[in-house]
Amino acid sequence: MRAPDTESPPEGGGLSMAHVVEVRGLKKHFEAGDVRAVDGVDVATSPGEYLVLLGPSGCGKTTLLRIIAGLEDPTEGEVLIGGNVVNGLPPRARGIAMVFQSYALYPHKSVLDNIDFPLKAAGLDPQERRKKAEWAAKLLGIDQLLHRKPRNLSGGERQRVALARAIVRDPSVFLLDEPLSNLDAKLRTSARDELKQFQERLGTTTIYVTHDQVEAMGLGDRIAVMFQGKVRQLGPPKEVYSDPADTFVATFIGSPPMNLIDRGDHLLGFRPENFLPVDAINGRGGNVLEVDVQVHRIEYLSGDRHVYATVPSLGRDGAHIIARIPPTVDVPVFDDRDQRFAIHERDLRFFDGNTGERVPPRPVRS
Amino acid sequence: MSAGVSTWDRRPKRKLADRDDLLAKLFMLPTAVYIIGLVALPFFLALLFSFSDVTTGNPSLDFVGLRQWRTILSSSVFWTSFWNTIIFTGISMVLIVVIAHILATVLVKDFKGKWFVRFCVLLPWTTPVSLAAVSWLWLLNSIFSPIDWVLRWFGFIESNMYYLGRPVLAMGSIIAVHVWRIVPLATVIIMAGLMAIPSDIEDAVEVDGAGFWRKLWEIDIPLTLPITAVAVLFGAILTFADMTVVFILTRGGPTQSTQVLSSWAFFKGIEGGDLAQGAAIALFLFPLLLAAAIVILRAVRHREVM
Repeated sequence: MRAPDTESPPEGGGLSMAHVVEVRGLKKHFEAGDVRAVDGVDVATSPGEYLVLLGPSGCGKTTLLRIIAGLEDPTEGEVLIGGNVVNGLPPRARGIAMVFQSYALYPHKSVLDNIDFPLKAAGLDPQERRKKAEWAAKLLGIDQLLHRKPRNLSGGERQRVALARAIVRDPSVFLLDEPLSNLDAKLRTSARDELKQFQERLGTTTIYVTHDQVEAMGLGDRIAVMFQGKVRQLGPPKEVYSDPADTFVATFIGSPPMNLIDRGDHLLGFRPENFLPVDAINGRGGNVLEVDVQVHRIEYLSGDRHVYATVPSLGRDGAHIIARIPPTVDVPVFDDRDQRFAIHERDLRFFDGNTGERVPPRPVRS
Repeated sequence: MSAGVSTWDRRPKRKLADRDDLLAKLFMLPTAVYIIGLVALPFFLALLFSFSDVTTGNPSLDFVGLRQWRTILSSSVFWTSFWNTIIFTGISMVLIVVIAHILATVLVKDFKGKWFVRFCVLLPWTTPVSLAAVSWLWLLNSIFSPIDWVLRWFGFIESNMYYLGRPVLAMGSIIAVHVWRIVPLATVIIMAGLMAIPSDIEDAVEVDGAGFWRKLWEIDIPLTLPITAVAVLFGAILTFADMTVVFILTRGGPTQSTQVLSSWAFFKGIEGGDLAQGAAIALFLFPLLLAAAIVILRAVRHREVM
């Protein structure tokens, strides 16, 4: 994206404390199939924040976004935008802009007409419309594509047109519904970077829906991890990653996911990268837990060694785990051999055996 | 596996189902027979007739050149029928497209009793022509018309309207009945077009804040234009070549004011027995229909959508 010379919309539009989305006790039941798509959600964004709703498909994240947009009515609860309850208000009256997964560009309209459409609908005079549309196009680096039709654009260009159409209305909130999922893997990384830079430049509060934990970790100021209509954890990426609130968050985030070892009334969890050969971990201070592991298989993935092993002393039935050894550790590890691994006790997490929720540390001496 | 005995040692056989070339011909055969026997043959026979003097009374085929064509072109009834056909088709199509679009817009929405409204809209399509004809003849009857009765009861009219007895009213009645017959088909076609608009686009329109009319003119109509064109093509061909409504309601009267080319071809060629002239009149429709079909299909293909 090239650097634009105007950094704010032509007609003011900055931020204020009131430009925050808040949902209270939100529920959405679909009669068909008796689905509780959203089952009691309370979330509030702070100004300029990038909030990511992360979860597997069917967890209710898109429904939640559509309720905030006003495209769906909640069964229960309130949606507040800028401090005002907006339940029942149509999307156009909510000061939101939305980018859809498919981009939803109008196929028969040129890029310029696509960007202009919301301004025209808002009844702005042609001069102002032109100024705003050109500003948005320039900001997104699509000012040379204005007279093309959407079908003559690449995936990345379409995404920018969709963004341009969203920003011209000078919304208080951006709602993005998996905007990167239609791009190929290569483009996705650079588009993610652009998206983040773009949001930082505009400073507009953004709610971003995705099922991709990499996008969530990379983009979000905070992540709301959703499952079965509920927010399981809400926090900054680092917190969600290293201090998961329950076993769902622990296993949904991270690749490979957190190792969980069943120990009867509780589960013992630790991240694969914290579990290392004993020679690699000594000298870092703190209490260290040393165990014997039986290594079964080693995979080399982008420099890391993924060690598939069992730790009989830690759990029943031989506790299968994965350890991830970074390229900086050159301690040899061999297939089909017993070896001594270790982990800092501060990196151990404990979860309730029944509910899966986080519990205080327990003794683990084997 | 025992030595030497494999299923692949047997000589391979090709079954009928493996012979794609033969199958293709076999499957095409019924269609080819149908088209040649019931479309191509009558068409060329009619072409042949139109340059002859064949009648039902004198079936011997004598070639008379362009005489039949000259006769019909110099006949005032032909030109009356020609313009009636244009008016009948034009007004019908405009009404059909507008009404079908409105009905389709209503029927794609979710509301209580939707199935009942859909059923009612499709009803004219499923009504047998004979039953519809009897009902319409009664509705438009010069003495017993219930429409007249209602209008009289409200005091809008003093005496009966004689729907089928006055030129303009007769044409209006013909158009009304024809629109009633074709609207269900057009509605179903346009409904398919409206439902094909992705729901993301519908949502984007709502988020962008477009109202009903802006959505209609800037989104719905442009996006359903190709399929509407198909509906117009079907409708126009069904209207242009239709003689049932005219035949049942007015038989072309009063004084040829509702005569259309296809009904006149029928009256001349079949009832009047002048096969040669009937063929010439009927063939006059062909280039017009062909031209209309080409124009519409091209427009659809060149239309820049999606």
